[in-house]
Formats: sequence, structure tokens, C-alpha cells
Amino acid sequence: MPRLRISLTINGEPRETDVWGGESLLYALRERLDLPGSKNACEQGECGSCSVLLDGVLVCSCLVLAAQADSHEVTTVEGLGAADDLHRVQEAFVAAGAVQCGFCTPGLVVATADLLERVPAPSDDEIREALSGNLCRCTGYQKIFDAVRLAAGIDA
Amino acid sequence: MSATRPKIKARPPTRPRLGKIGESVPRSDGTPKVMGEFAYASDLHAADMLWGHTLRSPHAHARIAEIDISQAVGMPGVHAVLTHADVPGRKTYGLEFTDQPVLAIDRVRYFGEPVAVVAAEHPEQARRAAEAIRVVYELLEPVADPERATEMEPLHPDRPTMGHGYRDDPRSNVVRHMVIRHGDPETAGDVTVDGVYEVGSQDQAFLGPESGLAIPDGEGGVDIYVATQWLHVDRDQVAPCLGLTVEQVRVHLAGVGGAFGGREDLSMQIHGALLALHTNRPVKFVYNREESFTGHVHRHPAKIWCEHRATRDGRITCVRMRILLDGGAYASSSTTVTSNAASFALGPYRVDNALIESTSVYTNNPPCGAMRGFGAVQTCFAAEAQMDRLAAELGIDPVELRLLNALAPGDYLPTGQLIDGALPTAEVIRRAAALEPPAPEGFPRDPIRLPGGAGNTTRGAGVHRGVGFAVGFKNICYSEGFDDSCAARVQLYADGSATVHCAATEVGQGVTDVILQVARTELGTDRITLAPHTTATVGSAGSASASRLTWMVSGAVRDACRAALEEQERREGGEVDVERVHHHRPTTPLDPETGQITGERAHVALAVAAMRAVVEVDIDLGLTRVVWVGTAQDVGKAINPQAVHGQIEGGTAQGLGLALMEEIQTRDGRIVNASFTDYLIPTALDMPPVTVVLVEDPEPDAPYGAKGVGEPPAIVSVAAIAAAVRDATGRALTRVPIRADDICL
Repeated sequence: MPRLRISLTINGEPRETDVWGGESLLYALRERLDLPGSKNACEQGECGSCSVLLDGVLVCSCLVLAAQADSHEVTTVEGLGAADDLHRVQEAFVAAGAVQCGFCTPGLVVATADLLERVPAPSDDEIREALSGNLCRCTGYQKIFDAVRLAAGIDA
Repeated sequence: MSATRPKIKARPPTRPRLGKIGESVPRSDGTPKVMGEFAYASDLHAADMLWGHTLRSPHAHARIAEIDISQAVGMPGVHAVLTHADVPGRKTYGLEFTDQPVLAIDRVRYFGEPVAVVAAEHPEQARRAAEAIRVVYELLEPVADPERATEMEPLHPDRPTMGHGYRDDPRSNVVRHMVIRHGDPETAGDVTVDGVYEVGSQDQAFLGPESGLAIPDGEGGVDIYVATQWLHVDRDQVAPCLGLTVEQVRVHLAGVGGAFGGREDLSMQIHGALLALHTNRPVKFVYNREESFTGHVHRHPAKIWCEHRATRDGRITCVRMRILLDGGAYASSSTTVTSNAASFALGPYRVDNALIESTSVYTNNPPCGAMRGFGAVQTCFAAEAQMDRLAAELGIDPVELRLLNALAPGDYLPTGQLIDGALPTAEVIRRAAALEPPAPEGFPRDPIRLPGGAGNTTRGAGVHRGVGFAVGFKNICYSEGFDDSCAARVQLYADGSATVHCAATEVGQGVTDVILQVARTELGTDRITLAPHTTATVGSAGSASASRLTWMVSGAVRDACRAALEEQERREGGEVDVERVHHHRPTTPLDPETGQITGERAHVALAVAAMRAVVEVDIDLGLTRVVWVGTAQDVGKAINPQAVHGQIEGGTAQGLGLALMEEIQTRDGRIVNASFTDYLIPTALDMPPVTVVLVEDPEPDAPYGAKGVGEPPAIVSVAAIAAAVRDATGRALTRVPIRADDICL
């Protein structure tokens, strides 16, 4: 299959890889760049499990061609925190019980980090609306809302 | 080949933490999951790995005249194209009956049935090769209407479910027919209400698509890393189809992205192993969402005819129900769903006289099997609607009517079984009824809080508020004589630390932490490591289903820990390694003709939940919004309260989905909405606040008194939310999901 080479910055590091022209950014991250944290739940932009920041803007990486990301900056869930230094959103998701199967979690963590960056103290309605593009099938969302409030320092 | 096995990223070892039974313990897999480092089945990778792809039938019913793979085999990157002719062992498999071809042989019976599999270097090459396979189909008339199935040509002329101790039913396409005859079903009442109810087919819609990696071991055997609900029964189904012994097939749990019943049946396991053994290369499958919708079983759509009779003062005298379940093309677990639907059809009420008839049929619709609630969801919806009709007819408050008839220990189930465990029906009713919903909100308000959200064009002019109440129950653990067991193995070291082995599948429900909490409690140490879940080092745990795993795992791990401590003491120290298998009290089958127990019990325990729901409905637009849900659930003992709350909230969301939006839609058997664009599941905007009360009434027979908690919320919420929409609209609404048309046309 014809390949093309792309160069991009991922989680602050310059990376290069060969891709096939039809591959999504999600596929390239997962299968070519050893960053499987972004998840492949629907691959049609409905579930938000593959959410990443592209030049600081929240996108579904399944809807972006890998080639489109050439020369751009990508932040994935792997870039948010380390095991001994979790991002406050990651910490809050664990503490609040917002994780069950966890397949939606990376996307929700990225979407929540993005929300709190833009709106440091969101209202309940703002939380619901901001996360309505991220499907979760396990939790019924209650503990995810708790986690967002916890990360934002809002008393429930 | 084993040298190439990893780079499977091992899941980070489970870190010991404080937390014994009854404490809210943060998930031990929480940190890797929030970091994106937890290895789900779709994340696996092995050197030299190929990608598998499945060619599926575009028809619901057809004869296969010819399969021509010649063009596909020569395509770039393609290493194997296999059909039924390449299945070396048994050509069929199945969870309870081997009625399903590994790859279609001469006939396809449902839309999406696997016909051929391909392995190629790149997933796109595999997809293109599958497209190049030429299959000549001769279309047959699909059996699409379950009510006519028994008059149509048989889809399985060899009747695979006959001869297994069920009632003999000579009609065409019957999977199982059962009758429960209790007391005198001719008993009259002062009042009678009747109704016919329908439940659409729901999809589990777990977010992690079916995925797995099969790796040949170089000696003719295979290792399968897969997201599943029961490792050992996968192995037992896979091995005969490959013509291998069970020792040659090792099934290992890969990270599971939700299950809800949809992973009880096989998906890629045999296909992946076939391709891996054929190519001598690791082969990975990852279904896309459309394939996931067609690639697993769904909740049975149902039609239920009911007649409830009661005295003027509100005591139920007799119930007659007829249940029809569409099992789809293959049996899966339909026989058990048929029985569960019948066994819990009356709801948790004292009824002395009943006639319940429950039938599942084969059709050319998508195969149905296990989904959270397993038959009890459908009948709870019908029975609770009947209770509300009865309350209205009698002029009695719906909660009072339920209390008046509440089932309790010392009463009998319609199967003749004495309830000898805990069943606090009246208490969950009282506790749920006492929960105060939020005060009604006025207008104008932010459109985000209108039914239909910003799409609501009436700005609230047509919004009516409604309140509903429902009660639901079902069995905990396997039933009807099925041997329910769970093994656990404990290696207890000289320094007091331990490794626990258990093949219980962590599907997101948190069983990993139940295992650890029990081990910490019994061994009195935090230094516990949980070994990988696999068939290779420990006996079967049974499935993650039937709300059984907390009970069974607790029993097995407790027994193994205690045995290890005793053994270590007997040896006066040193390292010991013991395995124990836990069984609950035995159950026996129901009489095939009368549906009555043949021993002391067909079910080992029951769990009950009550729920109050508040909705707003725009009656002009047919749009709904669930405002609040309050529920009280009988949990026996909450091993990990935070996780129990999570199960109840999540189960409520799935019930909300079935009540208001989720349905697998078919046209002549073909699924027409196999995507998250067209099959809608509740979002963060759809879910209301949920107030949860845990009622801890320890089950005398269960380890630590704990009952499973996953299913009751999914059962009761459908009925409660539908009741609230009826209250808001004044309409009968006898079908879920309730559509806009049902409300405003």
C-alpha cells in the first residue's frame, strides 16, 4: 500500500511515521506510534473515546486523517500525567469512582481537562453539555460528574 | 512462536491497597485506565501480527450456492482466506446448544452471519480481500415475524434444543416452550385488568468493540487473548472446532471494555485461532461498531399478554401471562431467558394462582441471548404496567397496592419454591417511596433542561410532569440445576504475602477489587498480588453474568484463603498453594410440564429493587426528559459501596435507554441502525441525578451476605420510567422504547 511520511509533535515530542493515506490519526496513534490510550469505540465521531487535542482544540481523532495532522501538535491522554504525577482530572476520576470498564475514560479525561482549561468552575449544565459528546455505557455518568466537580474544586 | 509473543503490554501489576470488605475501595485498575495504559483487547500487539476480517452475510435468510475465494487469495498482503471447509473440527458451536456454524455452510440464517474470514498484513487489505470473495446466494423468505414462526418452515430441522429435558413442543421453530401452573389458574377476582405489552430489542452497546489476538504456540496449539465473560467456556467451545484438546487452547483475559451479556457468546475466538494456526502468525481482530452491532446477541424482543385479577380490597388472586420471545437465528441462551422471563413474570408479589406460558422461537432476526436482566426486564415492564392498571381500576395508591401484595420470606414463588433467604420487598418499596424528588422547575429555563434540549421549539409550553413507581426482582446466580461453581487458588508465601489466581472476568464491574478485598480480609495482609485471569493456571470461575460473580468469587477466594492459612499452620510455616472450588446450595430443574420445582429450589437467591422516577414530557412534540430517579435496592451486603452505587447508576442508565430510545430496528431481518448515529444510548444530557439507597439485609447463604447488584437496576428502571411517562401523558404506552409518535400522534 502506498505510504507517506508525516512529522508531528505528540505530547511535546517530535515524532515521525509512515502512514497509508486512508489512515485516521486515531489509527496512526494506536497502531504506528505506540500510543493506544485513545480508544476506537465507534470510529465515526459519535462516542468521543478517541478525543485528543489537535493544536489545543478538542477533536475526535477518528475523524482526522493522519496526514492532516502532519506538522501539527497533538496531545493524547498519555501526555496529561504520569503514574507518580497524575493530572488532577485523572486523579479525580479514580477517586470519584468514575471508572468502570474504562474504555470511555481516556476520551472523557481529555474532554474534561479541556473543559476545565476553558471553564475553571463549570455549572452542572455546562458539565453535562461539555461531556455530552462522550458516551459512557457503564457508569450512568453520575460519578463522572462527581469527578469533574472534584477536579474543579467545586463542592457537590 | 512464543518468542514473538509480547509486545503484548502486560497490564501493570495490581497494586496492593488498603481496603477490606465493606469499604469503598478505589479501583486497583483505575490508575492505568485513566492514563490510557490499560491494555484492552483492541490494544494488543504482537510481532508479525496479521489482521483478521470477517465477511458477513448481507441477507437474513439465503441458501449459499457458491463461495469463490480465488480472487481474494491473490490480493496484496493477504495470507489466508478461510471458509467452513477449513474448519478442522466440529463445524458448529454454541453457548448451550451447538447450532451455530463457525462459518456458514450451505445457508445463512441472519444478517451479519460470518461466511468467510481473511488474514492480511493491514486491516484495509483484509477488508478489501473480504469484499473480493464472491458468494452466490439464493434468497429464501425470512422468518421475520415471531408470532408466525411456528407456522413457517423450520430454520433448524434437526431441532437442536429438543431432548434436553424441556417440554416437548412439536411446533416448528420453537426453541423452548414452558408452562408454570400454580394453584388454580381459573380463580376469579372482583376486578380484572388485561393488557398486551411489547419490548424492543436492546443492544448491550459496550464501548470496547469485540477484539482479540490469537497466537499460535508453534506446537499445534494456540493462545487466545480476548475480551470475554467466561474464559473456560470459551475454551471449551473453541477447542472442538479446531480439532484440539482443551489443554492446547489457552484463553487469557484481555482488557474488557464493558460486556452486559454481549460477550457470553463467542465472537472472534474461533476465527482468530483458525487464521493463526493456518498462517502460523499471530492474528488480531477488532470489530468496528457496525460489525459489533451485528456480531453479538441482543436482548430478546418480547410480546407479553397479561390478565391480572384481584379482590376489591387489592389482593391479587390470579395472574395469567403469555410471553413470546424472539430468539433470532440461533439458540444462544434463549432457553434460560425463556425460563427466567416466566419465573419472575409476576414481579415480587404474593400470587396464589397463576398460569404463565413462555415461548422462545427461532427466526431470521438477529440472534438474541444474554443481556443484563435476562428475561426479567421484559416481564417486569409488563407486570408493573399491570399493577398500575390494577391500582387505577381499584382506586388504590400504586405504592400501597404493591405493599399490600409484597412478596416476603416464607411466601412461595409461582414455581412452588419457598422463599427461605432474604427478600426485603416491602422495605425497598417503603424506602424508595420515601425519597423526595426535586421540586418542579418553572419556565423559562435554559433550553438544555427542556425535553429534547435546545431542539424543543415550544419552549416548555407543552411540558407535563409525571411520576412513576416500579418494583422488580430476579434470581442471583445460576439456576435450575446448572452446576454453579467458582475456583480460586491462593499461593501463600512464608512472609505472609500471597498471590491469588481466579479466572473471574473483570468486565468493568469491579470483581478484581472484590477478589482483593476478600483476600485482604481473610489473610489480614495488603501484600496480595492478583495473577492474570486465564484458563492456564486455575479452574473455571463461571461467567460474569446472572449477578453471580461477587457471591461466587467471594466464596471461592474466602475458602481458598482459609484453606491456605490452615495448611500453612499445619505445616508450621513455609509456602503453600491451594485451590478451592465454591458451590452454592444445589438447585434442581423445573418440571417440564408444570413448571414446578422438582427439589427444594430452582433458584438459590433473589434480589429486589424499587424505583421512583420523575419525567417531563412535551406532549406536543413527543419529547421526554427524565428529571430524577430515586431507588432503593436490596444488596445483601455492599462489599464496595462506591462500586455498588456505580452499578446501580449504570444499570439505571441502561434501563432509561430501553425505556426511551434504544432499539435494534430490523427490516426483513436486516439491522438498519447499526451505528451510534442511529442507535442512541443515553448521553450525559439524558441522565438525571440518581438517589440511591442501599438496603443491607444479609443473604444467609451468601459469603458475607452479599448479593449481586448489577441486574435489578436495569430491570426496574424501564418499568419506572415508562410509568412516569404514562403519568405525564395519560396514554397507555404499552411498548418500549416509547417513541415520540407514541406520545403525540
